[in-house]
Amino acid sequence: MTVLVLMDESDASRQALTLARKFGDPRSVRMDAIEPFAPDALAAALAQAADELNASAVFAAGTDRGNEVMARLAARTGLPFAANCISATPGEPVSVTRLRWGGSLLEEARLHSPRPLISVAPHTVPEDTGPRPQDVDMKPPAEADLVVRVVDHVSPRNGGVSLAEAKVIVSGGRGVGSKEGFAIIEDLAGLLGAAVGCSRAVTSAGWRPHSDQVGQTGTKVAPDVYIACGISGATQHMAGLKGAKRILAINSDPQAPLMLNADYTVTGDLKEIVPAISAEIRKRR
Amino acid sequence: MRVLACIKRVPITGGRIVLTEDARAINTQHLGFTMSPHEECGVEEAARLIEAHKGDSVVLTLGPPEAVEQLRDAMALGIDRAIHLQTDGQEWDAEATASALTDAIRADEGPSGRFDIVFFGNESADSGGFQVGARVAHALGRPLVTGLKKVTVEGASVRCEQEVEGGRDVYVVPLPAVLTVKEGLNLPRYPSVPGRMRARSKPVAVSTPARPAPRLELVRLAVPAGQGRRAESLGAGAAAAPAVVEMLQKAGVL
Ligand SMILES: Cc1cc2nc3c(=O)[nH]c(=O)nc-3n(C[C@H](O)[C@H](O)[C@H](O)COP(=O)(O)OP(=O)(O)OC[C@H]3O[C@@H](n4cnc5c(N)ncnc54)[C@H](O)[C@@H]3O)c2cc1C
Repeated sequence: MTVLVLMDESDASRQALTLARKFGDPRSVRMDAIEPFAPDALAAALAQAADELNASAVFAAGTDRGNEVMARLAARTGLPFAANCISATPGEPVSVTRLRWGGSLLEEARLHSPRPLISVAPHTVPEDTGPRPQDVDMKPPAEADLVVRVVDHVSPRNGGVSLAEAKVIVSGGRGVGSKEGFAIIEDLAGLLGAAVGCSRAVTSAGWRPHSDQVGQTGTKVAPDVYIACGISGATQHMAGLKGAKRILAINSDPQAPLMLNADYTVTGDLKEIVPAISAEIRKRR
Repeated sequence: MRVLACIKRVPITGGRIVLTEDARAINTQHLGFTMSPHEECGVEEAARLIEAHKGDSVVLTLGPPEAVEQLRDAMALGIDRAIHLQTDGQEWDAEATASALTDAIRADEGPSGRFDIVFFGNESADSGGFQVGARVAHALGRPLVTGLKKVTVEGASVRCEQEVEGGRDVYVVPLPAVLTVKEGLNLPRYPSVPGRMRARSKPVAVSTPARPAPRLELVRLAVPAGQGRRAESLGAGAAAAPAVVEMLQKAGVL
């Protein structure tokens, strides 16, 4: 039995391969087989290869690109698609466990399908260490499948530390109180070479740009230290913190969910505590 | 110009998710509801486009009777009218949802003409299926661009910026098109009091489609085990600063 996998060079692809092997011997379609990126053409290539090989299932990494191509494949083949699975067991029906709410909730589900389409949530499954699967032969894409394709790329203007890659993040929530209130957050971030983050309450109020927002509908971060100042710790904020090594919560409410889910806490008014930390760092230099 | 925004009612789960006894749903007894932030940006963009180009803006949802609250929220932001596909509160899978939405779009387009743009959130906040927009686009035979942070109508086509690692990829596709958007596309306005008043009398067309058997069938939900963090108190107030600095030194970031 053959299983088809949409592959690129990422760890997430090799994690998808781990689950795919349970469904057969893998063959691959490469994400960069069509350049510039044209997701309908990739979906068409997967549909055709799946038919030709009589594939038992099609897998991809649950990345933006992976989910996008699988959704298009699902639409054109009229098959159900289970996104962001962390386990998948062959059978009729196939049993899967998948992430909901950006990872704050797990769903056990049955996938009733002659050819299950499954994406694998990144960093939930070990990486495959076996040989790279062989690529399938692809026909040139049809004109209609190239209507949607990348025609240009623009780079961000801001030269600051990128949130997704920052080693340290000083993040502020509604408790910071105002746009101007972020001066003390920025000062501490500057001393630590950290990126500034924030909660959705802050972006909705227009105090910070959305590119600073951490969470389910913001950026997922993975710093060594995340300093959360005046953030309550709603599940949608915590969904962005799964990769954080250490969390320090500063909050006036010792029962705030973030205070209960942190590694370190300081209780009290952030408007006194944050400047005191900055002063202490300066004093020791 | 005609623009449609599709939205979904979801609970605001707060600090901890509590499930119903049969573990097949979130216990929403004490929770408020909202549309997803992604979808709110789709609604805002639709309202802005119609303010700029004139025409007809519509909001569409499949959901329980109470989802009319989210339709009214969308109309308070400036959308002209609403279509409500009412359910009995049971969840529909993505395939069935997309097919009901497609039927509703076709039915509305018959007398009124096609939508130049149909907006979706990139993924629903709760079930996170990442596919309803793609299925509707395919069924309607329209180009789909996903994960957008910027949308600019340029004559008969639309320029789209999609967030990717290290910047944004640009697509230009002909209208009519289906676009899925992410929070950050714009900053949705705060609904004004007159906006809310007007929303109360805007029309909501209701129908009740039949729910097909799901092919992605939910069995049960579970709250994942915590990460085992055990908070260590470094103290209270400004007096905790030395302990914080020592922690940062130990963590190797200072
Ligand atoms: C579908 C969906 C997606 C969402 N996505 C995101 C997301 O990506 N990111 C995100 O952050 N949110 C997201 N949210 C919103 C989320 O549910 C919360 O509303 C939001 O995170 C709350 O922000 P906050 O913690 O800053 O504000 P609040 O919940 O109001 O908390 C403020 C905290 O500050 C403390 N405080 C107040 N004053 C002080 C002071 N002087 N000193 C110290 N502490 C103080 C308070 O005790 C409180 O704990 C989403 C919501 C939904 C429904």
